[in-house]
Amino acid sequence: MAPDRPTRTVVDAQLAETVREERGRLVASLVRILGDWDLAEELVQEALVTALETWPRDGMPRNPGAWLLTAARRRAIDRLRRDARYRDRLALIGEELRTVAGPSVESADPLAQDDRLRLIFTCCHPALAREAQVALTLRTVLGLETPAVARAFLVPEATIAQRIVRAKRKIRDAGIPYRVPEAPELPARLGQVLSVLYLVFNEGYLASSGESPERRELASDAAWLASLLARLMPDEPEAIGLLALMRLHLARADARFAIDGSLVLLPDQDRGAWDHEAIAAATELLARSLRMGRPGPYQLQAAIVACHAAAPSYGATDWIEIVALYDRLLSLTPTPVVALNRALAVAELEGPEAGLAALAPLADRLDAYHLYHAARGVLLRRLGRVEEARAAERRALPLTANPAERRLLEERLNVGS
Amino acid sequence: MKYMVLIANSEEGWTGLSETEQRELYGRISSWWDEQAKAGRIVGGHQLQGPETATTIRRDMAGTATVTDGPFLEAKEVVGGYALIDVADLDEAIALVSQWPAPDILEIRPIIDRM
Repeated sequence: MAPDRPTRTVVDAQLAETVREERGRLVASLVRILGDWDLAEELVQEALVTALETWPRDGMPRNPGAWLLTAARRRAIDRLRRDARYRDRLALIGEELRTVAGPSVESADPLAQDDRLRLIFTCCHPALAREAQVALTLRTVLGLETPAVARAFLVPEATIAQRIVRAKRKIRDAGIPYRVPEAPELPARLGQVLSVLYLVFNEGYLASSGESPERRELASDAAWLASLLARLMPDEPEAIGLLALMRLHLARADARFAIDGSLVLLPDQDRGAWDHEAIAAATELLARSLRMGRPGPYQLQAAIVACHAAAPSYGATDWIEIVALYDRLLSLTPTPVVALNRALAVAELEGPEAGLAALAPLADRLDAYHLYHAARGVLLRRLGRVEEARAAERRALPLTANPAERRLLEERLNVGS
Repeated sequence: MKYMVLIANSEEGWTGLSETEQRELYGRISSWWDEQAKAGRIVGGHQLQGPETATTIRRDMAGTATVTDGPFLEAKEVVGGYALIDVADLDEAIALVSQWPAPDILEIRPIIDRM
């Protein structure tokens, strides 16, 4: 019935958020206590099924986290009693289960660590392949079902399922520990986690509106994971920087596609369609991370996006600041893709000739990257060198499968004659 | 946990080093090795003679053994030695193996303990 719908939606949204928070927390704790990933997920799944049956009927409990924890704990003890492997350790495990810290639960131990941090670091362990890190994080920390992960990455379901099974097996058999790494390893390991989250974000953010909704949701899922990480590691400026970066991108997401699904690039975007409130909040978040005095690649990328977001128009962008930020970023992460973006900023500051000169040394390393050729096309057109521009765009076209990007290149090729 | 560490010499790693440099590197390896052995982290291992001394035997289900000259893997990287290590988990294994003093390639494999 129509009048019921808004309230239903609010409850559903609240329920979805509760499930996302509590599910991951419970899985993480049970993995630590039981040492068995599959059993942990199964128990939490069962508790959730009961919750989703009970709550709509009896109303949402005042403390849903505590409710789920109790349900999962009861099931865990029940299952362990019947399992010979756990009989010897049952008393110990039972005691540990009782002390699991629920967030929303008044915990006896205020220092009880949120186990999700262990879960995240283990999922993103460098001894696992990158695709396995991604699949395992989405499945276990976020609770995405395997088919959803498969649709988001345009990979067959069986492939994702197999990656997850293999990753869990390697964690067990190779003795990958379930813990947050200590100080000397932490920076490198945190870098791994951040790059997994950013990869997931980009996979969703670059997807065009015409594709499956899972792909676009992936970007906000990644932002949620980043916010979780930033909450769990409030003293890590790069974790906060990554979150600010994602939120700055998302705040402008609606202006990136025209109604027909075609891609609108930064110079042509309707800046009135940006979410300026979200931009202000993310910029403040970024400022907080920068005040910690430990800049890093994500904070710098966020600073670049924030600088763009602060400009009233493309022409009024502070290109001096943008090039300076790219210089710093390049000194930290000297990758050809960063150099490509810097070259485009240089072109805005000093003209297309200077941009082309900055692109030239990247020719070999970026030959297979469509945006390198597309960028050359743009700058060559500005110089009126249309034939060379068209040649560059023809090189770019077969190098991307993204339909929105392809359409943009095709349009340029059509009008450019 | 016990792990087998396979130590492979990469072609680029050692070539280009003078004999003195190589001897110095061996010295560093052996003192590091002794230190780890004394601490109980390395529990066994050896350096192996070169791949030209290798003999490979392929035995099938019928019981036939075929003997051929050479290592079973024809690769750029050749296994030159191994260490048996005993540490808490993979992170400790990685931390230990990352201190290996020479430009080599090292593979860590958990051992199946049937004891």
